Amino acid sequence: MSNLPGLYNYWIAVCLMMAGFYIVISHGNLVKKLVGLALFQTSVFIFYISLGKVADGDAPIVTPGVTLYSNPLPHVLILTAIVVGVATTAVGLALVVRIYEAYGSVEEDEIQVLDGADDDANEGTTSLEETPEADRQ
Amino acid sequence: MVLIAIAAIRLRDLFAVVILFGVYSLMTAVLFMDLDAVDVAFTEAAVGAGVTTVLMLSTLHLTGRWERRPRHSPMLSLLVVTVTGAALIYGTLDAPRLGDPEAPVHQHVAPRYLEQGPTEVGMPNLVTAVLASYRGYDTFGETVVIFTAGVAVLLLLGIREGPQTKAGRSAIGDQIVLRVVVKALLPLILLYGLYVQFHGDFGAGGGFQAGVIFATGFVLYDLVFGEGDARLVVPPRWLHRLAALGVLLYGGVGLWSLFDGKAFLDYSALAHDPVHGQHLGVLLVELGVGITVFSIVLAIFFALSGRGRRA
Amino acid sequence: MSLLDHFPVLVVLLPLMAAPLCVLIDRPRLAWALSLAVSWLSLAVAASLLFQVLGSGPISYRLGGWPPPWGIEYRIDLLSAYVLLIVSAIAAVVMVFAYHSVAAEIAADRIARFYAALLLVLAGLLGIVATGDAFNVFVFLEISSLASYAVISMGRDRRALHAAFQYLVMGTIGATFILIGIGFLYMMTGTLNMQDLADRLPAVSDTRTVRVGFAFLTVGIGLKLALFPLHLWLPNAYAYAPSAVTAFLAATATKVAVYVLLRFLLEIFGADFSLRAMPLDLILILLGLAGALSASLVAVFQEDIKRMLAYSSVAQIGYMVLGIGLASPTGISAAMLHLFNHALMKGALFLALGAVAYRIGSVALRDLAGLGRRMPWSMAAIVLGGLSLIGVPPTAGFVSKWYLVLGSLEQGLWPVALLILLGSLLAVVYIWKLVETAYFKEPQTAPVAVREAPLSMLIPVWILVAANLYFGLHTEISVGVARQSTVQLLGVAG
Repeated sequence: MSNLPGLYNYWIAVCLMMAGFYIVISHGNLVKKLVGLALFQTSVFIFYISLGKVADGDAPIVTPGVTLYSNPLPHVLILTAIVVGVATTAVGLALVVRIYEAYGSVEEDEIQVLDGADDDANEGTTSLEETPEADRQ
Repeated sequence: MVLIAIAAIRLRDLFAVVILFGVYSLMTAVLFMDLDAVDVAFTEAAVGAGVTTVLMLSTLHLTGRWERRPRHSPMLSLLVVTVTGAALIYGTLDAPRLGDPEAPVHQHVAPRYLEQGPTEVGMPNLVTAVLASYRGYDTFGETVVIFTAGVAVLLLLGIREGPQTKAGRSAIGDQIVLRVVVKALLPLILLYGLYVQFHGDFGAGGGFQAGVIFATGFVLYDLVFGEGDARLVVPPRWLHRLAALGVLLYGGVGLWSLFDGKAFLDYSALAHDPVHGQHLGVLLVELGVGITVFSIVLAIFFALSGRGRRA
Repeated sequence: MSLLDHFPVLVVLLPLMAAPLCVLIDRPRLAWALSLAVSWLSLAVAASLLFQVLGSGPISYRLGGWPPPWGIEYRIDLLSAYVLLIVSAIAAVVMVFAYHSVAAEIAADRIARFYAALLLVLAGLLGIVATGDAFNVFVFLEISSLASYAVISMGRDRRALHAAFQYLVMGTIGATFILIGIGFLYMMTGTLNMQDLADRLPAVSDTRTVRVGFAFLTVGIGLKLALFPLHLWLPNAYAYAPSAVTAFLAATATKVAVYVLLRFLLEIFGADFSLRAMPLDLILILLGLAGALSASLVAVFQEDIKRMLAYSSVAQIGYMVLGIGLASPTGISAAMLHLFNHALMKGALFLALGAVAYRIGSVALRDLAGLGRRMPWSMAAIVLGGLSLIGVPPTAGFVSKWYLVLGSLEQGLWPVALLILLGSLLAVVYIWKLVETAYFKEPQTAPVAVREAPLSMLIPVWILVAANLYFGLHTEISVGVARQSTVQLLGVAG
């Protein structure tokens, strides 16, 4: 894949990013949202690693006889970012488990209905407020 | 890969989606190999295809496998995504071509790592050199991120004290072949983990990957032999303390140089010979990373799987 | 190097290293004592940093001993010292308050970990402000975000979980956008150091890549900032989080996001590029105004006071962004001033509200009836904080609103000035609703014995209230620092 010319690699990465992003904002299932988020992030990693590639270069581990290496800096950044990604996913999953225990559902719209019921119960009046959960979707 | 991504959008069987994500991660790892990023490929394979998938499956086990058909019309999201994607494509138009050695990325900053790295830090794996020394503070931050995630998950799910189910009752039932295979594999996995831990300055790998491999060994054992045994070896209530010690080890190395009159994390303070000090410093902080990652990954797994078995 | 030279990194390291210690000891009281000690030490260090910077200019600290741009640099200039001071001061005050409040709201076996997470939020925020490296911003942003998702979800209501999850999704999208933006900049310049970026960007600023990178950074920061219309995660997150967490986050987290916006727009890209070449000044003014007015309007209809004040936070963020959008020295320093003052007033309001919640277990408007007589000190604090929020002299809120109006008149934008005044009128309405209920309504149920909150809560509240009054009368410190840092920022950029 790396032998293909020009910007092709970036464009693939962009398509993948958008697929992930789409899952995040359009789907109501919380687990699926997290999968989308992970997909989104992983695709950004592809973008970064593509930056570091030098044509005909070699992995940045010093070996006798090799003079051209790829750039190690993006690799380092992405190592860090991968860790951040898995950390976020883990926290998100733990939240999903707790949400499931508290609401009995992991579907966004069902949870919103229950949230609305909680609001009314707390305030004892039909509230005038707009539902703030109306998300960006 | 694009196909997998599209399939992930369409499928409503979350189990399949998660497995697809694992495959996707694995393919990404292969792509990283092709782009010369061996360390990253290693990590992506271990984390994306391994840890993330296992954690997601544990969650699905609790919350159910099927997604309901979305009710909203997807037009608005589609619009947002198209605009964002178009902006990104537009942005790449002026970008340097892939692999162009004249790109600014390769002309500024990076050459010093490539030219002086081997002599200044004294190790052939330049990724480890940049990771642990030049940008060692980022890596410290990364360790703290993992630690934060551990604290967060334990805050949410709590720590389960001691084994609650009888040892020997495993999650996937009794399977003798599997048991024998795992028993034979386990020492190898742990040995490989140690190798990766201490060999990171020469070849691909380092504390992070080692921690993940080590934890994977225990997760596997837990899956096959039931949770009791694995928890006797590493009691959950000590795991987060172990993780804290890992962070303190990393930070402690930094503070050592600080009190020695050098900058925080300046490893040259650790020994008389600066390059030797660098080596020692990198080894120690990688150990800190390894310990933290191992205990947090395992603690998170225990927390998630523990919930399921109680319910 | 003496210990004094290490202050730039120590201010972050103190809470960062204390967090694992908290987990290690796992005793609620000890964890609290440690957090308290560490946050006050951080405050002392931050104060000393501000004096150093005022005396001898920006400080650079090389982490790992490597010179920038190869290593990571900590760079403290006037603006960062100023924000470090605000954040650590609020943390120090909130920690005093937290003792009773947290003990009442969090399960005992989780308190130590809760404090650890709180310290991690603090360390993350301080790290974002202190660093001079663009990627390091991302790392510390994630530390503070992950920890804040956790502490928000500790609220007693189950809606806290859902709010934290929404925040997690939005926050992660924002962070990933920032990551993409940094990637584009790195692609064109080959560096991650902020100063170095500022030096090298003008040469390539006319490329599509840099412009898109700029757009992604702005949107990403906007998400973290809760900039209208990307603010929907904020009200619920603040409304259902534990009291101490709401007070701390409301007074610091969005302020740090404003700081990041200022840093990227004015220093890295330079005011000429971001506010003149790109049409961002107009966008910021419009979004700022829209946010300020719509959120104030929504706040008027809230029955839950925590959520009312959370919407009011969105509105105040609108004012700050508006100030930046004015693109004049007066506007930008007004934004910084408002950043400082808003931290003080929202800190005071949410803490006082936390004291109320501690005694009566609710923050619904109707439960406040008649509380003016039963918890006089807490309610008086809320009234004074509210006056500051409206912008009545002689409170701190008046000063920043004044400069904001002045800034818009300077540019000949008198409709903007009028709309700012309209926003203040809306604030009058919702604060009055509160006052009316607390002082002029009789409680619906038979009055149960409600006592005034304990001193460990009242003292922090009144420290902040006093600060509101002090900085309303003695403007030379806050205004002076804000003006000087504006000059520094624009000077570097120009």
